[in-house]
Amino acid sequence: MSLVNFTTREITCKIVYYGPGRSGKTTNLHYIYGRVPDSRRGRLVSLATQTDRTLFFDFLPIDLGQISGFSTRFQLYTVPGQVYYNATRRLVLQGADGVVFVGDSQARQLDENLESLQNLQSNLLEHGVDIRTIPLVLQYNKQDLPRELILSAADLDDALNFRGVPSVSADALHGKGVFETLKGISELVLKKLAAGTAA
Amino acid sequence: MTSALNPKYSFDTFVVGAANRLAVTAGRTVAENPGAAYNPLFIYSGSGLGKTHLLMAVGHAAKKAAPALNIEYLTLDEYVEAFHAAIAAGQGDAFRRRFQNVDVLLVDDVQFLTNRKEMQSELLRLTEALQVGGHQIVLTSDRPPPEIADLDERLISRLSGGLVVDIGAPDYETRVAILRRKAEERGAKFEPGVLETVAGAESGNVRELMGALNRLVAFQAVNDRSINAETAKQLLGIGSEGADGGKAAARQGAGPGARGPGDEFGDFLADVTVTVGKAVEAWRARVGEAVLRWEGEGYRTRRLEALLERDTPSAVDEVIASFTQDVERLKELEAEVAELDPQAAGQSVFRDPERLGEAEEVATKVRDGAAPPPGPSAAFPLAAYAVGPSNEVAVGAARAVLKQPGKKYNPLVLVGKSGLGKTHLLNAIGLELARGKRAVVACLSTQAFVDELIAAIDGDRVDWWRARYRRATALLLDDIHLIAGKERTQEELFNLFNLLQDKERQLVFTAPAPPHALPGLEERIASRLAGGLVAEITEPDREVKRAVLERLLGQQNASPDPALVDYLADRPAESVRGLVGELQRVVGAAAAQDGPLTAGLAREVLEGQAPRDSRRSAGFRTSGIVVSSLGGIKSREKIVWDWSDVADRVIEEFR
Repeated sequence: MSLVNFTTREITCKIVYYGPGRSGKTTNLHYIYGRVPDSRRGRLVSLATQTDRTLFFDFLPIDLGQISGFSTRFQLYTVPGQVYYNATRRLVLQGADGVVFVGDSQARQLDENLESLQNLQSNLLEHGVDIRTIPLVLQYNKQDLPRELILSAADLDDALNFRGVPSVSADALHGKGVFETLKGISELVLKKLAAGTAA
Repeated sequence: MTSALNPKYSFDTFVVGAANRLAVTAGRTVAENPGAAYNPLFIYSGSGLGKTHLLMAVGHAAKKAAPALNIEYLTLDEYVEAFHAAIAAGQGDAFRRRFQNVDVLLVDDVQFLTNRKEMQSELLRLTEALQVGGHQIVLTSDRPPPEIADLDERLISRLSGGLVVDIGAPDYETRVAILRRKAEERGAKFEPGVLETVAGAESGNVRELMGALNRLVAFQAVNDRSINAETAKQLLGIGSEGADGGKAAARQGAGPGARGPGDEFGDFLADVTVTVGKAVEAWRARVGEAVLRWEGEGYRTRRLEALLERDTPSAVDEVIASFTQDVERLKELEAEVAELDPQAAGQSVFRDPERLGEAEEVATKVRDGAAPPPGPSAAFPLAAYAVGPSNEVAVGAARAVLKQPGKKYNPLVLVGKSGLGKTHLLNAIGLELARGKRAVVACLSTQAFVDELIAAIDGDRVDWWRARYRRATALLLDDIHLIAGKERTQEELFNLFNLLQDKERQLVFTAPAPPHALPGLEERIASRLAGGLVAEITEPDREVKRAVLERLLGQQNASPDPALVDYLADRPAESVRGLVGELQRVVGAAAAQDGPLTAGLAREVLEGQAPRDSRRSAGFRTSGIVVSSLGGIKSREKIVWDWSDVADRVIEEFR
């Protein structure tokens, strides 16, 4: 997918929110959806189970309008977190320009986080993408929970962020860090896109 | 039937922004090199974004660069009309011929080709003809060729075959720049923030922007008070939250009031805008422009392209600047080398800034190889040249040459018998020319010129030899008649002559007779020599002789006896050299007798008995029979001098 199209002057970014089940990926999207003016967002497509778990994926298109003469669109996706939906995850990852890894800050979820991160790596590899080259931002969600239940951002950095990518502490439910994350990943993606479409 | 180019629509008045930079660059390239770079150039954009302006700007720029160019601007409708009129008048062929002879054809609004089959085939034919003839064609349309409905496939591919560029809607910054410039043109002044507000309102086209500006200008003029940003907003019906709010949020420069609901999204948008602006457009555009430009001039642009491949290149402008500097240096080197050795200049190293070091080496090598050609002798200064009626034409010509080397008399041929001072004058001209900055004066005898060429042929370095002389800013050859019969030298001289004359470099020759009277000279050389000024130096007149004598006597520190000078100057002398010979004999005699230099002595020496040796040096009196030191046939004079006493007496008595 050519994402910066100089002929049609379009920029399209596909950003995938990845992470273990119940880490708050869809919450991120919901929060963003709520903050984007009507005229700029498409329908938030959410295929959820009865218990509100993402069954297939969420999809939120955002139109940022003309930026520097480019009509700019963001497509935000989430993947189902549960282990057994790996085929879907792989599908959604296809053609992603950037990945937000939404980690669960709860101490007891650390293994799930690690497992999901490894899963991300292997799924990317299936598409021939090296995780070291794709724009990636880590979001440590649920930092609003009581201190004794969670790991600090620094601890999580130690545990998960061994590649030194940007990381953001977040409370997606209340919106803290959500846009910061989006900004972070956008910046990485746009810079990569700009460089990648060398004439 | 052709519209004139509107003088207002030039590149100078065209506001360049990210959205139109590519189109403008392409336009400039085309204007600088019509028919060479992008042919055809197809520019498309929505209405009111500057297509016509750009098209006319290309016309203006091309005209400015080469005033002789035949440039036609017309809209497609005008073209169609003209065509129909021509057909109706039975002048279809004349019409075609006329347009095929246009050097730069600018056609506006070609989208109206839809449903005009015969015009399409006409345009196809014209485009082909123009391209074949190396003529430039620039077209504009409101959509790219494939999207023009019902357009012939061949025409689509033909029109898309050059460069198809679009002009996007101007971004916020460009809109502000346009508004500022237009306001300035109209002499209108606005409070800070007003123009920014107008620019902040989403209007996809410059004409609408102009409309909004006009309304503000009119309002200010009518109410005679300046308006502020808020009034402007009300006046133009913008800025209200809601439908416009979201859009305005994208223009974060539009002021704090323009931010849409949800600060977070606004912030995000602002952030992305900055990122896109930084990452996608600004530096990319600058680099792209530089690549486009230098590639167009035939330089390798790997260094710049590498920039585009990097994630976040640092110091883009520095890289571009250093690249440009390198290219300029390459240009200098190439020009220098081309002068010294035209063959070496074509090397690819001069087109690749990455190989600047190699280019420098090549240049050094060429420079070392090309020692300067022999220069004029310092023994013949112009100041020491005696002037009189017998040579004033030649001296006058020499002065004219020195005033305007290469422009007035080129070549200058000094004609006269041996010993009249041609060589002196030639060297004097050379010395004066050599005073010029960066002057390389080749001044030598034709014999030396021939010998050098022979040595060069022998050493298989004729190219080097040629390069040496080709870089000369002036070529002065003594005794050009010696080239007679030397075919190769004549051939080389012929080429060198043409080359130097083309570059307006001075050529001076000396010869014993006018060019056409010189035997053994090829007609092409003789006619070229005769083509400048042939100035004759005749036998020295009294004035010249006096001047020479006074100078020589002055040099000997002898107080010249006026009677002596008069006596010597009055004696007939065929040449200056002869005169000098006579004087030397007198001086020699005086030295031998350890007596003063007097007219009496001179008379005695020159008319009475004289030493044999000095007699011999007076070559001008020889009959043309070679004087051999081994005896044998002597000259008539010589034979007489053997009985000098008798002879002198006879002459004395005869007088």
